[in-house]
Amino acid sequence: MKNRIKVLRAERNMTQEELADIISVSRQTINAIEKEKFDPSLPTAFRISKLFNLPIEEIFFYQEAESVKER
Amino acid sequence: MKKERKNKMYRLAAWTWSWVATLAIATFGPKFIWDNHTFLTTFAILVNLANGILMIIANRNFFNELDELEKKIHLESMGITLGLAVIFGLSYSLLDQLNIIKGNAEISYLVMFIGISYFTCMLINTRRYA
Repeated sequence: MKNRIKVLRAERNMTQEELADIISVSRQTINAIEKEKFDPSLPTAFRISKLFNLPIEEIFFYQEAESVKER
Repeated sequence: MKKERKNKMYRLAAWTWSWVATLAIATFGPKFIWDNHTFLTTFAILVNLANGILMIIANRNFFNELDELEKKIHLESMGITLGLAVIFGLSYSLLDQLNIIKGNAEISYLVMFIGISYFTCMLINTRRYA
């Protein structure tokens, strides 16, 4: 799943540590989400959405896996 | 959150050390301290058992304090470690039963194997998501 967290965070001059503290996760988790190595849970996605004051679909973009597309 | 997490981590560390200490007392006490007194030996084992249960509760409390990615890393590591422990443990036991290895299969080797497997899995998984 792609996301715009890094851009939104940079626009607000926020560090990964600060964002992590606000939404109650570790800095490593924010880093993994930004690098698209880990998809956050629904509650975390909602907390991020609320923090940036944007709907979830404007922050996260679902991409179907290649194997699913081919079916 | 961070303070609470640190507290739970320290509590887990304290119960782990306490469990190791009571295990050592229950193991070496009968021979070196109380001369195989049955009541004291049974009491030492019960104290060790109670400590072990409290250590598990502390571990569960610490685990619940982790965030979703950390839980995923730990769960994957636990799953792989459990699988490895069952497979290698039974093979090791079989080697002993068929007298292919010298001496008896010791549970302590399995415990060491579990510790090393879990640590290695944690390192690999942590790097994967770094």
